[in-house]
Amino acid sequence: MTSYAVRSRTSYAVRSRTAVVAAAVVAATAALVLAGCGTSSGTPEPLGTEGGSQPTEARTLTVFAAASLQKPFEQIGRAFEGSHPGVTVKFSFGGSSGLVAQLSEGAPADVLATANEQTMAKAVADDLVKGTPTPFASNTLQIVVPADNPARISSLADLTRSGTKVVLCAPAVPCGSASAAVEKAAGVDLTPVSEEQSVTDVLGKVRSGEADAGLVYVTDVAGAGDEVTGIDFPEAASAVNTYPIATLRDAADASLADEFVEAVTGTQGLETLADAGFTAP
Amino acid sequence: MTTTLVPRWLLVPAALGTLFVGLPIVAMALSVDWSSFGSLVTTEASTDALLLSLRTAAVSTLLCLILGIPLAVVLARATGTAATLLRSLVLVPLVIPPVVGGIALLQAFGRRGLLGSTLDVLGLQVAFSTTAVVIAQTFVAMPFLVLSLEGALRTAGTRYEDVSATLGAGPTTTFRRVTIPLALPGLISGSILAFARCLGEFGATITFAGSLQGTTRTLPLEIYLQREGDPRAAVALSLVLVAVAVLVIGLTRARRDSLAGGAP
Amino acid sequence: MTGEPHALHVDLTVDDRDVALDLTVGQGETVALLGPNGAGKSTVLGAVAGLLRPDRGSIRLGDRALFDAATRTWVPPHERRIALLAQDARLFPHLSALDNVAFGPRSQGTPRRDATTVATRWLEEVGMTAYARRRPRELSGGQAQKVAIARALATEPAVLLVDEPLSALDVESAPDVRDLLRRVTHDRTTLVVTHDVLDAALLADRVAVLHAGRVVEEGETSRVLSRPTSDFGARFAGLNLVRGVASDGDLRMPDGRLLHGIAETALDDGAPAAAVVAPSAVSVHLDTPHGSPRNSLNATVTDLEPHGQLVRVRTDLLSADITPPAVADLGLARGSRVVLSVKATEVHLHPA
Repeated sequence: MTSYAVRSRTSYAVRSRTAVVAAAVVAATAALVLAGCGTSSGTPEPLGTEGGSQPTEARTLTVFAAASLQKPFEQIGRAFEGSHPGVTVKFSFGGSSGLVAQLSEGAPADVLATANEQTMAKAVADDLVKGTPTPFASNTLQIVVPADNPARISSLADLTRSGTKVVLCAPAVPCGSASAAVEKAAGVDLTPVSEEQSVTDVLGKVRSGEADAGLVYVTDVAGAGDEVTGIDFPEAASAVNTYPIATLRDAADASLADEFVEAVTGTQGLETLADAGFTAP
Repeated sequence: MTTTLVPRWLLVPAALGTLFVGLPIVAMALSVDWSSFGSLVTTEASTDALLLSLRTAAVSTLLCLILGIPLAVVLARATGTAATLLRSLVLVPLVIPPVVGGIALLQAFGRRGLLGSTLDVLGLQVAFSTTAVVIAQTFVAMPFLVLSLEGALRTAGTRYEDVSATLGAGPTTTFRRVTIPLALPGLISGSILAFARCLGEFGATITFAGSLQGTTRTLPLEIYLQREGDPRAAVALSLVLVAVAVLVIGLTRARRDSLAGGAP
Repeated sequence: MTGEPHALHVDLTVDDRDVALDLTVGQGETVALLGPNGAGKSTVLGAVAGLLRPDRGSIRLGDRALFDAATRTWVPPHERRIALLAQDARLFPHLSALDNVAFGPRSQGTPRRDATTVATRWLEEVGMTAYARRRPRELSGGQAQKVAIARALATEPAVLLVDEPLSALDVESAPDVRDLLRRVTHDRTTLVVTHDVLDAALLADRVAVLHAGRVVEEGETSRVLSRPTSDFGARFAGLNLVRGVASDGDLRMPDGRLLHGIAETALDDGAPAAAVVAPSAVSVHLDTPHGSPRNSLNATVTDLEPHGQLVRVRTDLLSADITPPAVADLGLARGSRVVLSVKATEVHLHPA
């Protein structure tokens, strides 16, 4: 009897200690989750009902899009929210490859728009996409120089002059592979002083005057302000970049996602994109 | 086993803390594609990045020592408002984001920066050069050395320096034969911290120096770039960076312990 | 000027420590600066060594000014040829005993080999040859202090400053180190600061008593310790000092009572005078004793404290040293009314 009581007390003590540990783990996890809540996009709550949307219901649409699409997409998103009461469109802008990597890791999203077809192809290969992606815009490269153009650049060939500091995107990122394609087609061999991570980094180096010139997309120059100037060059035509968009397989509300894709590829969407410097695919 | 009593409940958060730091590292090690690990980390781009990182971190640490030791001595022995202000200034790189540090460096040493034209006249082009990487690393790492050494110097005090002076040793001899040897443990741990910080430097480098294989693309930059191209390579290289950091810290610590065994 | 190149002349004021004194240590002489903790002794040593700068005055070594506020002269410590022995040995922890001793000569440019020779000789001089290779943390307090003495002397200093050299040592090693100090300070210009009268008695030719940053008494060691003229001198010497005026070869105390004694020099009637009485010469009674010694004085006990094997009975007049059984027999406590008696031959009168 006594021994039973002792054993019982011991096991209680052990259990209570375990409980404390468990509680602490739960508390810590909860703290992390709560801290994360503010930034992570919420999963759309109700499943879409067959035969169209119910305008009164509060729904969230999550769109993963290439960083270069930020300005026109935010505009399209606002218009979409206006025509779909109760719907909130959340964007996550970033490098296309990074976005696809996040989706592969299970990030919840409804729509994906990438800056080139290779990256979208990867998403398709990973079975992330529902149906066939639609090309909706294209973008060409432009030479970007500081506003005062200190190296007097006017053509792609000028970039090969010795002493000219040229900055490109690294070949691993879409703008870099486009640059490589242009070089190949034009038969020039650029020796960049730096191969940057993103268009933003290339623009930064040119804007600060550290570099004499860089290659970025027309749309990037358009959004970069007065400190830089874009110079068109004929060889850019050999590397036109096509932007595809697609509804994702794991979309919580596939029909709403499809509607967003239609909004982008529709007349108004294309107009908005054209305003930002994109051309039709 | 020490007999010092630690409240038992402390072990729970301590274990959680260990998990918090250790789990990501373990997870990373687990996610490495070991069959291709060798080929991933021995590509030309990877070895170039690793060697560049080691080389620049070593030079930057040396630069931190050359500039940081005198600074620490001045800070440790000076008093007054000017010293307080100077101390705050020296610690700025520690508290600002590295990217901001990179922007600041651009304003100072960039082509269109404060010293840009002067450097140009001298035939020095910092932008996009390995020198820029070293400048960025030195900028962010020096506070670690200065802080650690200043602490050691303050703890040591001036008692032994006074004795040295009354024995006829001039200030330079005292500095060389008394001040530095007595602060050696602090100097070594400061150097380790500075070297590790140099090795991990990313933000200021990418902002100020650019990214070109073999010239400015250090291991952290290569890892970040590989995330876009080949995520498996990014994970493998990350593990290499962790291994190098652990190795450096372990080796210097062992060396320091043997030193500490020789002199208290 | 003085013809004594190693004579030390100190005349300084340090305002924030409230120290102002004028002191000379003749060439080859050892002077003890005697004072309680906080009297400003270490400030004086710091100023002479060059570790702190006085506000006014001057410090000279022979004809050479080490510091002179008037001419803004300031010789840095490493150029003064003044060695300082601190309370703790302060051996450099990263150097062996031998390298500690060789540090001074090496710093002054002596080649390593010669410096080692000098250091070896000094270690031998202090009897520490066997410990030459030891690190400071492997030495006892006494051993470390001996190495510190060797280290100070290896620089061939013109003046040796000694700051409470025995205060940090245990009772076993203190006599040993004191003997060594006595040997090495002989014929060497030395300024010792101490609160221990034994250090002063054994080491010093002259004593200066420091109180609140001022020298209140100065003289030959034997004179100050046996015939102090100041209250602080008497306190250090462990003697009673009673002030009054000379009256027909005796001392009239402020309360009007007479203290009979022996004047060593003729005293002018009415002139200020003082009497020195050893506590051991004073006996304590409850009633006026028979046989009536010349001095029987009523007093009140103010305190009782152990003093070696005896008990020091402090009263409002004189202190007396008596045995513990005597204290018990008399039933003494604070406030006890007693009669003190002392032979006139034990009362030394001198002008004050």
